[in-house]
Amino acid sequence: MSKRIEDLKVIGNKRLNDDFFIIELTGEQKLPDFKPGQFAQVRVDGSPDTFLRRPISIHEVDLGRNTFKLLIQIAGKGTETLSGLKNGDMLNLVYPLGNSFSLPAENEKVLIVGGGCGVAPLLFLGKYLKSNGHTPDILLGFRNMERIIEYEQYLKIGKVFLTTEDGSMGEKGYVTDHSVLTNSTYERVYCCGPDSMMRAVAVWCKKNNINCEVSLENLMACGIGACLCCIVDTVKGNLCTCIDGPVFNTTELKW
Amino acid sequence: MVNLGFSIGDLQFKNPVLTASGTFGYGQEFDDFLDVSRLGGIVVKGTTLEPREGNLYPRMAETPSGMLNAVGLQNKGVDYFENSIYTRIKSYNTNIIVNINGSYIDDYVNLASRINKLDKIPAIELNISCPNVKKGGMAFGTNPRSAREVIKAVRAASTKKLIVKLSPNVTNIVDFARIAEEEGADSISLINTLLGMSVNVQKMKPALSTITGGLSGPAIKPIALRMVWQVANAVKIPVIGMGGIMTASDALEFILAGASAVQIGTASFIDPQASIKILEGIEKFLNQKGFSDIREIVGFINHKS
Repeated sequence: MSKRIEDLKVIGNKRLNDDFFIIELTGEQKLPDFKPGQFAQVRVDGSPDTFLRRPISIHEVDLGRNTFKLLIQIAGKGTETLSGLKNGDMLNLVYPLGNSFSLPAENEKVLIVGGGCGVAPLLFLGKYLKSNGHTPDILLGFRNMERIIEYEQYLKIGKVFLTTEDGSMGEKGYVTDHSVLTNSTYERVYCCGPDSMMRAVAVWCKKNNINCEVSLENLMACGIGACLCCIVDTVKGNLCTCIDGPVFNTTELKW
Repeated sequence: MVNLGFSIGDLQFKNPVLTASGTFGYGQEFDDFLDVSRLGGIVVKGTTLEPREGNLYPRMAETPSGMLNAVGLQNKGVDYFENSIYTRIKSYNTNIIVNINGSYIDDYVNLASRINKLDKIPAIELNISCPNVKKGGMAFGTNPRSAREVIKAVRAASTKKLIVKLSPNVTNIVDFARIAEEEGADSISLINTLLGMSVNVQKMKPALSTITGGLSGPAIKPIALRMVWQVANAVKIPVIGMGGIMTASDALEFILAGASAVQIGTASFIDPQASIKILEGIEKFLNQKGFSDIREIVGFINHKS
């Protein structure tokens, strides 16, 4: 699929809580045929502190309306600036970038596991799987009830299981503590979230002999495989998160 | 019609905009964004005799108006370059220049000999200025005696045009430019990155796995420009300027200061079309100012009027 650089128009900026917001974008051209797992390199204008683009995963796509959404966590000056975008503002993107999650086999029992900002690429994946005839279960983990995001969106896709670290909603603990992991059997897991969570899920999958794909978020400069900054140590040597990933099968990673 | 061409000896370049090593992959990474054949040349990723994995992650940190990198010459080695990459990119209608690196003089010589057999590579860029490797690299380019030795040895091993890429991490860069010219270099390119560092305050540790790394981007442009101006005034061979060029205006600063050509580096990370936009901007400037040949403005600020 061909990558492009394009100015897109902001048609929505919805604040979810103190940390998260969703930007909706549209373009004059027909949008590319996104694959779940892909990301965009977003230009943040206006300050010497935000020199590089920010890699943001594609959260939701509506090709019928020619729009798509980016779910963004405020993590620094760049994302802080993006949180102030208004309808009609233009945003320069290099996109769509990266590989995508691989599709499950027919009737394969699928679990999607997301935590925190990791829910961003997984909603698109969940919807994509559903529209392709799969019925994934979804397991989401958050620090507490106030930090839960996109829960209702996931309910539209399948059965949603929840954990919070303080037990304020769902089961108390981490995603890997949830009873669904012992009560159900899965053949394929897709995971995105904090590094520690993905590693724990990968370990659990390995122990139970389950195919597991994770979406990594490494520091990145170019996003197109030129700078070799976003490397991940794999069984094939150093690979670029931006072009060889961001989705990796955990058997490839030295975890 | 403006003449944008320049030459290094008898090697013609269709225009003065090249892409800098390590910032443009092998050109193919940018095929979706621009026609690589429109460029004056591309300097491909730093190549070594043996494959190298480079430094550990994290190897990049954003800094005000720039970035630090500590990639450490990750590449698949000259065999892979020759068998898998060269065969794919040799059809580009532009000058493909290989940036060569080594830990020892013999590495440079052996690599230069290998590249010498590749018909479609008209020039090599001798990298004696990489700040991110433990052996070789910048160590050659910051010591006048070892700089002379490696340039002399590579000159003897290669019939390609020899461009020597200088390190800015020296007291007097002009000394190194003169050494390169004396030892038979056909051109000088400068500057490589400036040695810098960054600390992650929240994590209370260095931002890079290597602690120090090479600073690039607009933050280094005034230093690069000063060095290019000094070197262009000290040598007769063509000078290729680089360091923080983001726009055509930036590129024109280097040309007006004496650079015959420029290399676009970090800008390609922010805008993959930066090199072509800069080329178009230079042409537009010459038209607006009524010049018919870019050579009329090379070193213009030094001309006595």
